[in-house]
Amino acid sequence: MSESPKVPDLFRPEDLTPWERLRQYTDARIALGRVGTSLPTAEVLKFGQAHALARDAVHTELEVGALAEALAVDTVVVRSQAAHRSDYLRRPDLGRTLHPESAHLLRVQRSQPPPDILIMVSDGLSALSAQRQAAAVLHTLLPGLHAAGLRVAPVLIATQARVALADEAAALLGARLALHLIGERPGLSSPDSLGAYLTFDPRPGTLDSARNCVSNIRPAGLNAGAAARRLLGLTVEALRRGLSGVELKDSDGGLGGGEPDAVREPQRPRPASD
Amino acid sequence: MSNATLYSATLGRTHHRFADLKDVLAKASPRKAGDELAGLAARSAEEREAARLCLSELPLTLFLEDLLIPYEDDEVTRLIVDSHDAAAFAPVAGLNVGQFRDWLLSEAATTQTLRALAPGLTPEMVAAVCKLMRNQDLVLVARKCEVITRFRNTLGRRGHFSTRLQPNHPTDDLRGILASTLDGLMFGAGDAVIGVNPALDNVDACVRLLTLLDDLRQGLGAPVQSCVLTHVTNTVQAIERGAPVDLVFQSVAGTQGANAGFGINLALLTEAHAAAQSLGRGSLFADGQGGMQRGQNVMYFETGQGSALSSGTHAGLDQQTAEARAYAVARAYSPLLVNTVVGFIGPEYLYDGKQIVRAGLEDHCCGKLLGLPMGCDICYTNHAEADSDDMDTLLTLLAAAGVTFIMGVPGADDIMLGYQSTSFHDAWYVRSVFGYPPAPEFAAWLDSAGITRAGQLQLPPIGSPLREQVRQLGAG
Repeated sequence: MSESPKVPDLFRPEDLTPWERLRQYTDARIALGRVGTSLPTAEVLKFGQAHALARDAVHTELEVGALAEALAVDTVVVRSQAAHRSDYLRRPDLGRTLHPESAHLLRVQRSQPPPDILIMVSDGLSALSAQRQAAAVLHTLLPGLHAAGLRVAPVLIATQARVALADEAAALLGARLALHLIGERPGLSSPDSLGAYLTFDPRPGTLDSARNCVSNIRPAGLNAGAAARRLLGLTVEALRRGLSGVELKDSDGGLGGGEPDAVREPQRPRPASD
Repeated sequence: MSNATLYSATLGRTHHRFADLKDVLAKASPRKAGDELAGLAARSAEEREAARLCLSELPLTLFLEDLLIPYEDDEVTRLIVDSHDAAAFAPVAGLNVGQFRDWLLSEAATTQTLRALAPGLTPEMVAAVCKLMRNQDLVLVARKCEVITRFRNTLGRRGHFSTRLQPNHPTDDLRGILASTLDGLMFGAGDAVIGVNPALDNVDACVRLLTLLDDLRQGLGAPVQSCVLTHVTNTVQAIERGAPVDLVFQSVAGTQGANAGFGINLALLTEAHAAAQSLGRGSLFADGQGGMQRGQNVMYFETGQGSALSSGTHAGLDQQTAEARAYAVARAYSPLLVNTVVGFIGPEYLYDGKQIVRAGLEDHCCGKLLGLPMGCDICYTNHAEADSDDMDTLLTLLAAAGVTFIMGVPGADDIMLGYQSTSFHDAWYVRSVFGYPPAPEFAAWLDSAGITRAGQLQLPPIGSPLREQVRQLGAG
């Protein structure tokens, strides 16, 4: 065994940015090194890999059968009017409206008395999120809802869905509250993050300010059990007070340091994850 | 001429009619997902060319008469009309839109004539002419413009290129933000502004961030300004509490309704502008007449095509025209910086790299023609059909066009806002290819602080103030 050839010092780009210890304070891509003033090969590849995961998350289709099996409860499969991913990305309005066949399916399924809660699980902008996180959230949340004496409709699994798709479905079933677990817009370091949107008195045309959102549900963010407990608390409180949105405080605090996310004024025109 | 004749054109054997001026502008626009989403775009490539032909023959004076949104309905329209400078407009008053494009590309349009013309141009005129311009025209015309602004340094000089240092953190952790800020300063970034997008929207959090950045600036003696990009009302409250506010930030849009969606109106901006100016925190500069004058450009605005449509307040305007009207709002307050956040809004407005590149060039050119210090957040989201290569293309084109500033985000990855922008390394790519230094006062400071030597990046010596800041933070 001969020793591998010594790498000349010239090719240690990180020596030019010797402050990697600052990474203890942030996940930002700091102290990346430099070659000349350009990004070293290793960092170019890491960035490319992260972007690839996020891109694939946007374009991966939801495996409906596997999800239904993982949820292990009664489910009904519905879809929006967006036929393909490219339609979905260009036309958010189509993703907010049920396909006529799905609307019909729900109309004939309407039961008496109507359910208190409709739960929808959907792909949104990352099917991976629903695939990986939704079952764990519901496994904690559903027993809590049942214990609180609430009637829960069969869980809807929806494809090519935007947040507001649950409003129409809930209105068709006569549910008082919609809970939508939907894949969030993938970030470079979080391709599989799930968002949960809670809406009291859901109906087509409901404003986003009337929703509460629990976001960043993933193992490295808010874990499924903690998310389920927050959602249970919000659900019970929303039904008791008959409202959701900016006036409904999230008692557990949460990402916004005690402020529900819906109150946060976006100071940039944000890309719609809805 | 009746409107039916005015707003029509014949291509070959087909006669194309357009409903009104808004319709001509929208259908003459290059293809954009947002205009299609709004149902405003041309229905065929031929119709688009007919609209461009029609537009090319419309007189510029028409835009002063046929107002896209009625005067009585919209305060942005009133601002545009009431602030129009007829004397400045005179040199081009006899031209139609097509002739105006020719004039802009001709020797008659120089840095001096364009500077004098700016108050005579309306957003609708510049939006219209851009629709007749190819990408190279947008580069060439913008390059002729020079817009200089000052607070603690001089931004926008021809042949210079600046960066906003954007050290965002998902929970506003002060040490996390400081770590990214130091990373950027070690790369010589931040002369346009060190600007944080806060995750928390409250005044206490903003004051903490403002204090952190101001302490750092004073400790290093750096000729830079800082900003926390929170709602204007929060910044006004921070000023009232005595916080060290350099710049007032606000997102602005081109219709009264869209601005209402941002929770603002012109009166609110006027109040904030006056409050920030009254602090007198800018540096003193020679005024060229033997005296000294304080840097008084205190506003930082952000815009972006599609923002009006996203709140349903576009009033039937195509997204580029609505965007240009946002620049009328911005210029009323003599901003230090205006930033079009071009690819942030998502693919339903700008679908792919081609549309993002086009929009970035349009926005930069329109802003510069109207006399604004235009920068660009060259960026994309993961659900857009775009990647780093598209950003490199737009970066190179905007550098050629003389863009005032771009963003500097560690590794181009904003971990708070969840999108990709440009990095500190990207800024050095531009410096290498084009030879552009940063703002002169900042360039001198970088050399004196050992961050650069004769303009070339180096590792500052151990014990130098910035290196010492890094060591102390690293030691925890």
